[in-house]
Amino acid sequence: MSKTKRIFIKGNEAISRGALAAGCTCYFGYPITPQNDIPEFLSTKMATVNGEFVQAESEVAAANMLLGAAAGGVRAMTTSSSPGVSLMQEAISYMAGSELPGVIVNVNRGGPGLGDIGSSQGDYFQSTRGGGHGDYRTLVLAPGTCQEAYDMMIEAFDLAFKYRNPVLVLADAIVGQMKEPVTPWEPKAADNHGAEDWCIDGAQGREKRLLKSLFLEDGALAGQNRNLQSKYEAMQAEARADVFECDDADLVVVAFGSIGRIVKSTVRRLRSEGKKVGLVRPLTLYPFPSEVLRDLAKQGKRFLTIEQNCGQMVDDVRLSVRGIADSEFHGHMPGDLPGSDDFIAPIIKHLED
Amino acid sequence: MYQDVIIAGFGGQGVMLIGNLLAYAGMEAGSEVTYIPVYGPEMRGGTANCTVVISSEDIGSPIIQSPKSLIIMNQPSLDKFQPKLVDGGVQILNSSLVDPEKAEDRVTTYTVPANEIADGLGNTRMANMVALGAYVQATGCVPLEQVKKSLSSVISSRYSHLIPKNAEALQAGADHVAAQMK
Repeated sequence: MSKTKRIFIKGNEAISRGALAAGCTCYFGYPITPQNDIPEFLSTKMATVNGEFVQAESEVAAANMLLGAAAGGVRAMTTSSSPGVSLMQEAISYMAGSELPGVIVNVNRGGPGLGDIGSSQGDYFQSTRGGGHGDYRTLVLAPGTCQEAYDMMIEAFDLAFKYRNPVLVLADAIVGQMKEPVTPWEPKAADNHGAEDWCIDGAQGREKRLLKSLFLEDGALAGQNRNLQSKYEAMQAEARADVFECDDADLVVVAFGSIGRIVKSTVRRLRSEGKKVGLVRPLTLYPFPSEVLRDLAKQGKRFLTIEQNCGQMVDDVRLSVRGIADSEFHGHMPGDLPGSDDFIAPIIKHLED
Repeated sequence: MYQDVIIAGFGGQGVMLIGNLLAYAGMEAGSEVTYIPVYGPEMRGGTANCTVVISSEDIGSPIIQSPKSLIIMNQPSLDKFQPKLVDGGVQILNSSLVDPEKAEDRVTTYTVPANEIADGLGNTRMANMVALGAYVQATGCVPLEQVKKSLSSVISSRYSHLIPKNAEALQAGADHVAAQMK
């Protein structure tokens, strides 16, 4: 990669620029804090790539516009924050059922309900368990830095087309609102993995196509569900985590996104005091990096999951290490801004248990 | 090298602007940096603060609960943040609006009458730049020249005619602290 100048931008802007670098040409959204910098940025920039920017009348409409653009084989996205993403779930389920590639960004805010506009990881379950109705999963990427926000947008579009599946980028108010240096880069060429063979782009001169999530014929839905499950099985190869100081650690902290990087400061501080603590920061939440954790469990490590919610990812950590180990949990309440000092006492407590 | 700072004052005093400027200058100087703003629900007249971290290695937490340094632009900010400053930490107090008698002995304090100095340069609104100049001189976390050079990247082009005056304000703040450091 040629040496590119670093730019100093908010995570929300990194998400926007990453989407443009990925070749996104359609944006649909409806305003909600703390992600409004994204539509603000794209409202002018989308025109410079001959793309379409639509401020929809609601999140329901925006998500269905995304479904429509995806059916056309177009690189399209929507962004929102927690309550808005809840409204989008019906369309996301339809996209999964119809095997349509699209990118949805959730800049997680406090909940439940309208909650607040601060950071939270309370949407982990919604993000990783499908979120809407039916047996489906979305790929979920969890940036903790502005550079990761940029990089993961490019990755998100590639994964969406590779698997013909919705991809969710789960950020939060901290990632969205903080500024960091970002090195922008352009991927070689957008690979839509043969979208021209299934997308709806006018049937003149070819057989007509039908994209749908309704399967009424005898055995058809079971067949589609088997097809989806084998696809989700194949997705497991995409699991990734950032492993920090785990080799000689007695206790491994598992934390994702902004909390993951905040805990990194805590781990560094405790390391400087000779405490044997490490960190696994999952970069993909679905698929979950279970193998990484299972390998550490086999080495006899103990686990503490830290999240800014009341205990969600800890379920996946426990499932990952089941039969070998368990995980303790420390939850930082959504509504309270987290800092690295908050995690010293819980880590020491479990380290010394 | 590692430095973190909370910059706090009234909404409208320009604490976000100097936070941005400091972080930008840190990036241009080759460091890793983070900047995160914290607003109350109130935007104007209320309190506003931001946190900047400058480091030679990748930065973990962008949110700092026990800061190594402070730039305090008004009295409520001193009351709120001085107790959190680490022992031996450094703080710049805008003595135009903050009672210097409230400074604790366990930390190093530089007092700068930022509003008066900015007034003398022709515009009270540059008090933020005076305070930042003082801070950069006191901590040496980025070269002052780098901060001055970064003004054009942080101040919108509409106000570019104000850049030379802001550079003067940065220098005046630095000079004020340099005299105290002797």
